[in-house]
Amino acid sequence: MLDACGVSSLEGLFAHLPQEVMLQRPLQLADGKSEYDIIDYFKARSAECATGYASFLGAGVYSHYRPVVVDTIVSRAEFLTSYTPYQAEMAQGTLMAIFEFQSMVCQLTGMDVANASMYDGSSAVPEAAMMAVRITGRDRVVIARTVHPEYRTVLRTYAKHQGMPVAESGYDSGTGMLDLAALDAAIDDQTAAVIIQSPNFFGTIEDVKAAAEIAHKKGALLVHVFTEAVSLGLLAPPKEADIVCGEMQSYAISPSYGGPFAGIIATKEKHIRQIPGRLVGETKDANGKRAYCLTLSTREQHIRREKATSNICTNQALIALMATVFMSLYGKQGLRELAEQNLAKAHYLADGLPLKFSAPFFNEFVVKCGDPEAVNKGLLSKKIIGGLPLGSFYPELSDSMLLCATEMCKRADIDEVKKAVAR
Amino acid sequence: MYPENFRYTKEHEWVDAKGDEATIGITSHAQEELGDIVYVDLPKAGITVEQGKTFGSVESVKAVSDIYAPVSGEVLAINETLSEAPESLNADPHGAAWLIKVKLSNPSELAGLLDAAGYKAFLGE
Repeated sequence: MLDACGVSSLEGLFAHLPQEVMLQRPLQLADGKSEYDIIDYFKARSAECATGYASFLGAGVYSHYRPVVVDTIVSRAEFLTSYTPYQAEMAQGTLMAIFEFQSMVCQLTGMDVANASMYDGSSAVPEAAMMAVRITGRDRVVIARTVHPEYRTVLRTYAKHQGMPVAESGYDSGTGMLDLAALDAAIDDQTAAVIIQSPNFFGTIEDVKAAAEIAHKKGALLVHVFTEAVSLGLLAPPKEADIVCGEMQSYAISPSYGGPFAGIIATKEKHIRQIPGRLVGETKDANGKRAYCLTLSTREQHIRREKATSNICTNQALIALMATVFMSLYGKQGLRELAEQNLAKAHYLADGLPLKFSAPFFNEFVVKCGDPEAVNKGLLSKKIIGGLPLGSFYPELSDSMLLCATEMCKRADIDEVKKAVAR
Repeated sequence: MYPENFRYTKEHEWVDAKGDEATIGITSHAQEELGDIVYVDLPKAGITVEQGKTFGSVESVKAVSDIYAPVSGEVLAINETLSEAPESLNADPHGAAWLIKVKLSNPSELAGLLDAAGYKAFLGE
């Protein structure tokens, strides 16, 4: 093989790489360990890792229970080893799973059509913004400062080369909700999309209807973003929005140091031809039997080339399948009960603490605690991962942290956090 | 088949000019090549189209094709019936299934287009 590549040694394959990024010594690996020894070694190392910690960290990635059946199903080779269906109709099982995903996302969001999934919640935001630009023929975007800061960064990355100016609109320092008057002032006759998040980054529930009215009055579309999908079990679907996008990590997708996750994008039927990505439809085959197919592919890159609605030409099939299994397993009532547990635990945690904002919240809230880093350090010694110190994202909130409580939090740990924050 | 009073493009659009107003559509050859048409994407009235630039697209069960403006001008009207009945483009491409009407900004552009005989020769008929 080396001969075919025209090099004489394995090192020759890497000769073009800069010397300063190359490790200048051999890897320090012991020779000849048995499989048994290696497994022992890794077991010992993993015992040193942060296992058995309680987490109160949310901020876009949430600690929720993952039912064991999820991994049982996604580990099936038919799902695990297949890539996005290019010979789509060959893969009826995959298409059916995607169709179920799309249908359940529509039920959750109150939209008419959802695609086969996006890479994650953050990249779904610029896709929604570009969609609004195509629909309205306008080019500007207004995004609330209460949208996840990293989502806003991803939006700016896309916007930079799209010729899509992005303006940010602030929040009310008393309620932690969107400042609707400032939002109204930020929208002009070239604004294509107004992007808000609810529950927002502070966990606060926004007045989606009021934001939609302000956007629509000026001819802009409302893009609704969510990072905590569990909230959809309890909150009204954001039907007033024109496009809904968000993150499905809460639905049985492991935090995994930040990914891979799966995003969604959903919209009204009238905008179906501007939605990015793959769409699975249900139809009948030549014998009148139920069959699934990719549909409206003329929006996509392999047909429309540079005029495609997006350069996304795949989906997060396996990860979205985790969310699909999760939704099927919990069902409507189960999702509601799960959301209620989150709400109850977060409110038990918040009770009596110095909250920064007054508006209703779901399972996250901002609390004043003097030195957030010091609080977290104290908690860590008790095997508790505290909240997110907000100073790096919001300098005006450097004395505060964002705390999250999910169904996974035990009462004894919640009481420890209350003590640490109140101190 | 191809009306004598129309002018044609090599991209298979036709234009029927009366005074400084013109009606624009796609030719029978175009609809035949595309097959069953399922969707027509048209611009909004009031915008300006420019000769040679795309102003919309026609989607069939097998392809999407851009439509190029045969002449420049302001869009006066679009054929609203096509959103409900795109298949009429297969049935009557030179008549009821016109796409847009424009106010010509440069009527001299018409002279550079093909006449019916020229278009038929271009098609090799």
